[in-house]
Amino acid sequence: MPTPSPDRRVALVTGSTLGIGRAVAARLARTGHEVVLHGRDQERSAKAAAEVAAETGGRTDTVHGDVADPAAVSAMMREVHRRHGRLDALVINAGGHAASLLGMMHSDVVSRLFHVNALGATHTLQAAVKLLRRGTDPAVVLVSSVMGRKGAPGQAVYSATKAAVLGLTLAAAKELGPQGIRVNAVAPGYIQTDMLSTLDDRARADTVAATPLGRLGTAGDVAAAAAFLLSADACFITGQVIGVDGGLVL
Amino acid sequence: MSQLDRLRGVFRASLSLPADRDVDGLEYRAIPQWDSLAHMALVAAMEDEFDIMIDTDEMIDMSSFAKAAELLEKHGADAVT
Ligand SMILES: NC(=O)c1ccc[n+]([C@@H]2O[C@H](COP(=O)([O-])OP(=O)(O)OC[C@H]3O[C@@H](n4cnc5c(N)ncnc54)[C@H](OP(=O)(O)O)[C@@H]3O)[C@@H](O)[C@H]2O)c1
Repeated sequence: MPTPSPDRRVALVTGSTLGIGRAVAARLARTGHEVVLHGRDQERSAKAAAEVAAETGGRTDTVHGDVADPAAVSAMMREVHRRHGRLDALVINAGGHAASLLGMMHSDVVSRLFHVNALGATHTLQAAVKLLRRGTDPAVVLVSSVMGRKGAPGQAVYSATKAAVLGLTLAAAKELGPQGIRVNAVAPGYIQTDMLSTLDDRARADTVAATPLGRLGTAGDVAAAAAFLLSADACFITGQVIGVDGGLVL
Repeated sequence: MSQLDRLRGVFRASLSLPADRDVDGLEYRAIPQWDSLAHMALVAAMEDEFDIMIDTDEMIDMSSFAKAAELLEKHGADAVT
Protein backbone atom coordinates (compact mmCIF):
# COMPACT_ATOMS: atom_id res chain seq x y z
CA MET A 1 0.00 0.00 0.00
CA PRO A 2 1.46 3.40 -0.93
CA THR A 3 2.12 5.78 1.92
CA PRO A 4 0.53 9.25 1.67
CA SER A 5 2.99 11.82 0.42
CA PRO A 6 2.38 15.29 1.87
CA ASP A 7 4.75 16.95 -0.62
CA ARG A 8 2.95 15.86 -3.79
CA ARG A 9 -0.53 16.78 -4.89
CA VAL A 10 -2.83 13.77 -5.00
CA ALA A 11 -4.77 13.53 -8.27
CA LEU A 12 -7.41 11.03 -9.40
CA VAL A 13 -8.00 10.74 -13.14
CA THR A 14 -10.98 8.57 -14.04
CA GLY A 15 -10.78 6.62 -17.29
CA SER A 16 -7.01 6.81 -17.48
CA THR A 17 -6.11 3.38 -18.82
CA LEU A 18 -5.81 4.90 -22.31
CA GLY A 19 -6.59 7.91 -24.47
CA ILE A 20 -7.12 11.37 -23.01
CA GLY A 21 -7.21 10.23 -19.39
CA ARG A 22 -3.93 8.41 -19.75
CA ALA A 23 -2.27 11.51 -21.25
CA VAL A 24 -3.64 13.66 -18.41
CA ALA A 25 -2.34 11.16 -15.85
CA ALA A 26 1.14 11.22 -17.43
CA ARG A 27 1.19 15.00 -17.59
CA LEU A 28 0.21 15.30 -13.92
CA ALA A 29 2.73 12.64 -12.89
CA ARG A 30 5.45 14.69 -14.57
CA THR A 31 4.43 17.81 -12.68
CA GLY A 32 4.63 16.72 -9.08
CA HIS A 33 1.37 14.85 -8.63
CA GLU A 34 0.90 11.42 -7.21
CA VAL A 35 -1.65 10.15 -9.72
CA VAL A 36 -4.33 7.58 -9.04
CA LEU A 37 -5.19 5.97 -12.37
CA HIS A 38 -8.54 4.35 -12.97
CA GLY A 39 -10.49 2.14 -15.33
CA ARG A 40 -13.19 -0.48 -15.04
CA ASP A 41 -10.77 -3.30 -14.53
CA GLN A 42 -8.03 -3.61 -11.91
CA GLU A 43 -5.53 -5.34 -14.19
CA ARG A 44 -5.76 -2.76 -16.96
CA SER A 45 -5.59 0.07 -14.44
CA ALA A 46 -2.52 -1.40 -12.75
CA LYS A 47 -0.79 -1.91 -16.10
CA ALA A 48 -1.48 1.70 -17.12
CA ALA A 49 -0.28 2.97 -13.73
CA ALA A 50 2.96 0.99 -13.98
CA GLU A 51 3.56 2.27 -17.50
CA VAL A 52 2.90 5.90 -16.56
CA ALA A 53 5.21 5.58 -13.55
CA ALA A 54 7.94 4.10 -15.77
CA GLU A 55 7.50 6.77 -18.48
CA THR A 56 7.44 9.73 -16.11
CA GLY A 57 9.41 8.65 -13.05
CA GLY A 58 6.36 9.76 -11.05
CA ARG A 59 4.37 7.98 -8.36
CA THR A 60 1.13 6.29 -9.34
CA ASP A 61 -1.59 4.28 -7.70
CA THR A 62 -4.83 2.71 -8.96
CA VAL A 63 -8.46 2.25 -8.18
CA HIS A 64 -11.01 0.60 -10.42
CA GLY A 65 -14.75 0.37 -10.95
CA ASP A 66 -17.58 1.18 -13.33
CA VAL A 67 -18.47 4.85 -12.88
CA ALA A 68 -22.07 4.07 -13.81
CA ASP A 69 -22.38 2.14 -10.55
CA PRO A 70 -22.62 4.49 -7.56
CA ALA A 71 -21.60 1.73 -5.14
CA ALA A 72 -18.44 1.09 -7.15
CA VAL A 73 -17.67 4.82 -7.19
CA SER A 74 -18.13 5.02 -3.41
CA ALA A 75 -15.80 2.06 -2.98
CA MET A 76 -13.20 3.78 -5.19
CA MET A 77 -13.33 6.96 -3.12
CA ARG A 78 -13.12 4.95 0.08
CA GLU A 79 -9.90 3.44 -1.23
CA VAL A 80 -8.53 6.88 -2.10
CA HIS A 81 -9.46 8.03 1.40
CA ARG A 82 -7.79 5.01 3.02
CA ARG A 83 -4.57 5.36 1.06
CA HIS A 84 -4.23 9.10 0.54
CA GLY A 85 -6.71 10.79 2.89
CA ARG A 86 -7.55 13.54 0.42
CA LEU A 87 -7.72 14.69 -3.20
CA ASP A 88 -6.05 17.86 -4.43
CA ALA A 89 -7.02 17.33 -8.06
CA LEU A 90 -9.76 15.36 -9.77
CA VAL A 91 -10.26 14.79 -13.49
CA ILE A 92 -13.64 13.32 -14.39
CA ASN A 93 -12.85 11.85 -17.76
CA ALA A 94 -14.22 8.29 -17.95
CA GLY A 95 -16.73 8.13 -20.75
CA GLY A 96 -18.02 6.28 -23.74
CA HIS A 97 -19.33 7.19 -27.14
CA ALA A 98 -21.98 5.95 -29.54
CA ALA A 99 -23.39 7.67 -32.61
CA SER A 100 -26.67 7.04 -34.34
CA LEU A 101 -29.41 9.04 -36.00
CA LEU A 102 -32.39 9.87 -33.80
CA GLY A 103 -34.86 7.03 -33.90
CA MET A 104 -32.09 4.55 -34.63
CA MET A 105 -30.39 4.19 -31.28
CA HIS A 106 -31.41 1.26 -29.14
CA SER A 107 -32.78 2.33 -25.77
CA ASP A 108 -30.15 0.21 -23.97
CA VAL A 109 -27.42 2.21 -25.67
CA VAL A 110 -29.16 5.49 -24.78
CA SER A 111 -29.34 4.43 -21.13
CA ARG A 112 -25.78 3.22 -21.03
CA LEU A 113 -24.44 6.48 -22.48
CA PHE A 114 -26.31 8.50 -19.88
CA HIS A 115 -25.30 6.14 -17.09
CA VAL A 116 -21.61 6.32 -17.92
CA ASN A 117 -21.18 9.89 -19.15
CA ALA A 118 -23.74 11.94 -17.25
CA LEU A 119 -24.55 9.89 -14.15
CA GLY A 120 -20.99 8.60 -13.91
CA ALA A 121 -19.63 12.15 -13.78
CA THR A 122 -22.24 13.05 -11.17
CA HIS A 123 -21.56 10.02 -8.95
CA THR A 124 -17.85 10.71 -9.17
CA LEU A 125 -18.12 14.36 -8.21
CA GLN A 126 -20.60 13.67 -5.40
CA ALA A 127 -18.46 10.96 -3.90
CA ALA A 128 -15.24 12.98 -4.23
CA VAL A 129 -16.39 16.25 -2.70
CA LYS A 130 -15.46 15.30 0.83
CA LEU A 131 -11.99 14.20 -0.27
CA LEU A 132 -11.55 17.47 -2.17
CA ARG A 133 -12.51 19.46 0.92
CA ARG A 134 -9.51 17.90 2.64
CA GLY A 135 -7.20 18.82 -0.24
CA THR A 136 -4.96 21.84 -0.72
CA ASP A 137 -6.18 24.33 -3.35
CA PRO A 138 -8.44 21.60 -4.71
CA ALA A 139 -9.53 21.71 -8.33
CA VAL A 140 -11.71 19.59 -10.58
CA VAL A 141 -11.73 19.29 -14.36
CA LEU A 142 -14.62 17.56 -16.09
CA VAL A 143 -14.17 16.30 -19.62
CA SER A 144 -17.16 17.30 -21.73
CA SER A 145 -17.03 17.57 -25.53
CA VAL A 146 -17.53 20.04 -28.34
CA MET A 147 -20.70 17.97 -28.91
CA GLY A 148 -22.05 19.10 -25.53
CA ARG A 149 -21.78 22.71 -26.69
CA LYS A 150 -22.57 22.47 -30.37
CA GLY A 151 -24.03 19.05 -31.23
CA ALA A 152 -23.94 17.37 -34.64
CA PRO A 153 -26.16 15.03 -36.64
CA GLY A 154 -25.92 11.50 -35.30
CA GLN A 155 -24.58 12.77 -31.98
CA ALA A 156 -27.80 13.82 -30.21
CA VAL A 157 -27.63 11.38 -27.32
CA TYR A 158 -23.89 11.68 -26.79
CA SER A 159 -24.24 15.49 -27.00
CA ALA A 160 -26.98 15.43 -24.36
CA THR A 161 -24.80 13.44 -21.98
CA LYS A 162 -21.93 15.88 -22.48
CA ALA A 163 -24.18 18.92 -22.06
CA ALA A 164 -25.18 17.40 -18.72
CA VAL A 165 -21.51 17.44 -17.77
CA LEU A 166 -21.42 21.19 -18.48
CA GLY A 167 -24.48 21.82 -16.28
CA LEU A 168 -22.81 19.85 -13.52
CA THR A 169 -19.62 21.88 -13.92
CA LEU A 170 -21.32 25.27 -13.74
CA ALA A 171 -23.52 24.48 -10.74
CA ALA A 172 -20.67 22.76 -8.88
CA ALA A 173 -18.38 25.75 -9.50
CA LYS A 174 -20.93 28.02 -7.84
CA GLU A 175 -21.66 25.66 -4.97
CA LEU A 176 -18.08 24.63 -4.20
CA GLY A 177 -16.34 27.95 -4.85
CA PRO A 178 -17.03 29.26 -1.35
CA GLN A 179 -15.28 26.14 -0.03
CA GLY A 180 -12.21 26.89 -2.13
CA ILE A 181 -12.83 24.14 -4.69
CA ARG A 182 -12.50 25.23 -8.33
CA VAL A 183 -14.47 23.37 -10.99
CA ASN A 184 -13.90 23.77 -14.73
CA ALA A 185 -14.48 21.74 -17.87
CA VAL A 186 -12.61 21.03 -21.05
CA ALA A 187 -14.58 20.43 -24.22
CA PRO A 188 -12.37 18.50 -26.64
CA GLY A 189 -13.07 18.46 -30.36
CA TYR A 190 -11.99 15.46 -32.43
CA ILE A 191 -9.08 13.87 -30.59
CA GLN A 192 -7.11 10.93 -31.96
CA THR A 193 -7.90 8.15 -29.49
CA ASP A 194 -9.62 4.76 -29.69
CA MET A 195 -12.91 6.65 -29.45
CA LEU A 196 -12.31 8.00 -32.96
CA SER A 197 -11.52 4.57 -34.42
CA THR A 198 -14.92 4.46 -36.14
CA LEU A 199 -14.13 7.59 -38.16
CA ASP A 200 -13.31 6.53 -41.75
CA ASP A 201 -10.79 8.37 -43.95
CA ARG A 202 -13.46 10.50 -45.59
CA ALA A 203 -15.00 11.60 -42.27
CA ARG A 204 -11.50 12.26 -40.92
CA ALA A 205 -10.67 14.50 -43.90
CA ASP A 206 -14.01 16.34 -43.54
CA THR A 207 -13.36 16.94 -39.85
CA VAL A 208 -9.89 18.30 -40.49
CA ALA A 209 -11.31 20.56 -43.21
CA ALA A 210 -13.93 21.93 -40.78
CA THR A 211 -11.31 22.65 -38.11
CA PRO A 212 -9.75 26.14 -38.37
CA LEU A 213 -6.42 24.86 -37.05
CA GLY A 214 -6.45 22.16 -39.73
CA ARG A 215 -5.77 18.96 -37.81
CA LEU A 216 -7.23 16.48 -35.37
CA GLY A 217 -6.33 17.02 -31.73
CA THR A 218 -4.06 14.83 -29.64
CA ALA A 219 -4.65 13.53 -26.15
CA GLY A 220 -1.66 15.68 -25.14
CA ASP A 221 -3.51 18.82 -26.29
CA VAL A 222 -6.32 18.04 -23.87
CA ALA A 223 -3.90 17.06 -21.10
CA ALA A 224 -2.16 20.45 -21.36
CA ALA A 225 -5.44 22.33 -20.91
CA ALA A 226 -6.54 20.12 -18.01
CA ALA A 227 -3.16 20.47 -16.30
CA PHE A 228 -3.39 24.25 -16.62
CA LEU A 229 -6.88 24.34 -15.10
CA LEU A 230 -5.66 22.22 -12.18
CA SER A 231 -2.57 24.33 -11.60
CA ALA A 232 -1.96 27.37 -9.40
CA ASP A 233 -1.79 29.44 -12.61
CA ALA A 234 -5.56 28.99 -12.88
CA CYS A 235 -6.23 29.90 -9.23
CA PHE A 236 -8.85 32.55 -10.11
CA ILE A 237 -10.57 30.49 -12.81
CA THR A 238 -13.70 28.52 -12.03
CA GLY A 239 -16.91 27.63 -13.86
CA GLN A 240 -15.25 27.88 -17.28
CA VAL A 241 -15.40 25.61 -20.30
CA ILE A 242 -12.21 25.55 -22.32
CA GLY A 243 -12.60 24.24 -25.85
CA VAL A 244 -9.68 22.10 -27.01
CA ASP A 245 -10.97 21.73 -30.52
CA GLY A 246 -8.78 23.66 -32.95
CA GLY A 247 -11.58 26.20 -33.33
CA LEU A 248 -14.27 23.69 -34.32
CA VAL A 249 -16.74 25.29 -31.93
CA LEU A 250 -16.55 28.66 -33.71
CA MET B 1 -13.16 8.14 26.39
CA SER B 2 -15.59 5.69 24.74
CA GLN B 3 -16.41 5.95 21.05
CA LEU B 4 -19.93 7.00 21.96
CA ASP B 5 -18.62 9.82 24.16
CA ARG B 6 -16.38 10.94 21.31
CA LEU B 7 -19.39 10.89 18.99
CA ARG B 8 -21.37 12.97 21.49
CA GLY B 9 -18.48 15.44 21.54
CA VAL B 10 -18.45 15.63 17.75
CA PHE B 11 -22.20 16.32 17.72
CA ARG B 12 -21.94 19.06 20.35
CA ALA B 13 -18.98 20.74 18.66
CA SER B 14 -20.40 20.54 15.11
CA LEU B 15 -23.87 21.72 16.11
CA SER B 16 -22.58 24.35 18.56
CA LEU B 17 -24.40 22.80 21.52
CA PRO B 18 -23.45 23.27 25.17
CA ALA B 19 -21.14 20.66 26.72
CA ASP B 20 -23.85 19.35 29.03
CA ARG B 21 -26.51 19.00 26.34
CA ASP B 22 -27.90 15.45 26.01
CA VAL B 23 -27.61 14.54 22.34
CA ASP B 24 -28.54 10.83 22.40
CA GLY B 25 -32.15 11.46 21.33
CA LEU B 26 -31.28 14.08 18.73
CA GLU B 27 -32.87 13.88 15.27
CA TYR B 28 -31.96 15.65 12.04
CA ARG B 29 -33.74 19.00 11.65
CA ALA B 30 -35.38 18.63 15.09
CA ILE B 31 -33.32 21.60 16.26
CA PRO B 32 -32.46 24.68 14.16
CA GLN B 33 -28.71 24.02 14.55
CA TRP B 34 -28.92 20.66 12.72
CA ASP B 35 -29.72 21.89 9.21
CA SER B 36 -28.36 20.57 5.92
CA LEU B 37 -25.17 22.67 6.02
CA ALA B 38 -24.45 21.61 9.59
CA HIS B 39 -25.14 18.02 8.53
CA MET B 40 -22.28 18.16 6.03
CA ALA B 41 -19.96 19.66 8.64
CA LEU B 42 -21.06 17.04 11.17
CA VAL B 43 -20.31 14.19 8.77
CA ALA B 44 -16.91 15.69 7.93
CA ALA B 45 -16.13 16.03 11.64
CA MET B 46 -17.14 12.39 12.23
CA GLU B 47 -14.90 11.32 9.37
CA ASP B 48 -11.98 13.22 10.84
CA GLU B 49 -12.55 12.02 14.39
CA PHE B 50 -12.92 8.34 13.49
CA ASP B 51 -10.85 8.24 10.29
CA ILE B 52 -13.67 6.79 8.21
CA MET B 53 -15.36 7.79 4.98
CA ILE B 54 -19.13 8.05 4.90
CA ASP B 55 -20.96 7.49 1.59
CA THR B 56 -23.44 9.94 0.13
CA ASP B 57 -26.34 7.53 0.76
CA GLU B 58 -25.23 6.88 4.32
CA MET B 59 -24.92 10.60 4.91
CA ILE B 60 -28.48 11.15 3.70
CA ASP B 61 -29.77 8.28 5.86
CA MET B 62 -28.02 9.53 9.00
CA SER B 63 -31.16 11.06 10.44
CA SER B 64 -30.43 10.83 14.16
CA PHE B 65 -27.68 10.42 16.73
CA ALA B 66 -28.65 6.75 17.01
CA LYS B 67 -28.17 6.29 13.24
CA ALA B 68 -24.79 8.00 13.47
CA ALA B 69 -23.75 5.54 16.18
CA GLU B 70 -24.90 2.65 13.96
CA LEU B 71 -22.89 4.07 11.10
CA LEU B 72 -19.75 4.16 13.21
CA GLU B 73 -20.24 0.52 14.10
CA LYS B 74 -20.75 -0.39 10.47
CA HIS B 75 -17.51 1.34 9.55
CA GLY B 76 -15.68 -0.66 12.19
CA ALA B 77 -14.97 2.22 14.52
CA ASP B 78 -14.32 -0.13 17.49
CA ALA B 79 -16.86 -0.98 20.13
CA VAL B 80 -19.39 1.79 20.05
CA THR B 81 -20.48 1.56 23.68
N1 LIG C 1 -11.68 11.24 -28.41
C1 LIG C 1 -12.39 12.27 -28.68
O1 LIG C 1 -12.45 12.75 -29.84
C2 LIG C 1 -13.19 12.97 -27.62
C3 LIG C 1 -13.79 14.19 -27.93
C4 LIG C 1 -14.51 14.87 -26.96
C5 LIG C 1 -14.64 14.34 -25.69
N2 LIG C 1 -14.07 13.13 -25.40
C6 LIG C 1 -14.26 12.62 -24.04
O2 LIG C 1 -13.00 12.39 -23.46
C7 LIG C 1 -13.10 11.32 -22.52
C8 LIG C 1 -12.03 10.29 -22.82
O3 LIG C 1 -12.20 9.86 -24.14
P1 LIG C 1 -11.09 9.03 -24.93
O4 LIG C 1 -11.18 9.41 -26.35
O5 LIG C 1 -9.79 9.11 -24.22
O6 LIG C 1 -11.72 7.56 -24.79
P2 LIG C 1 -11.06 6.12 -24.72
O7 LIG C 1 -9.73 6.13 -25.39
O8 LIG C 1 -12.11 5.19 -25.20
O9 LIG C 1 -10.85 5.93 -23.13
C9 LIG C 1 -11.95 5.90 -22.27
C10 LIG C 1 -11.46 5.69 -20.85
O10 LIG C 1 -12.60 5.67 -20.00
C11 LIG C 1 -12.64 4.44 -19.28
N3 LIG C 1 -14.03 4.05 -19.14
C12 LIG C 1 -14.94 3.88 -20.14
N4 LIG C 1 -16.13 3.54 -19.62
C13 LIG C 1 -15.97 3.48 -18.29
C14 LIG C 1 -16.83 3.16 -17.21
N5 LIG C 1 -18.11 2.83 -17.39
N6 LIG C 1 -16.32 3.18 -15.95
C15 LIG C 1 -15.03 3.49 -15.75
N7 LIG C 1 -14.17 3.79 -16.71
C16 LIG C 1 -14.63 3.78 -17.98
C17 LIG C 1 -11.82 3.48 -20.09
O11 LIG C 1 -11.23 2.52 -19.22
P3 LIG C 1 -11.38 0.91 -19.40
O12 LIG C 1 -11.79 0.65 -20.82
O13 LIG C 1 -10.02 0.39 -19.07
O14 LIG C 1 -12.42 0.55 -18.40
C18 LIG C 1 -10.74 4.38 -20.66
O15 LIG C 1 -9.71 4.55 -19.71
C19 LIG C 1 -14.52 10.79 -22.62
O16 LIG C 1 -15.31 11.33 -21.60
C20 LIG C 1 -14.98 11.31 -23.98
O17 LIG C 1 -16.37 11.44 -24.05
C21 LIG C 1 -13.34 12.45 -26.33
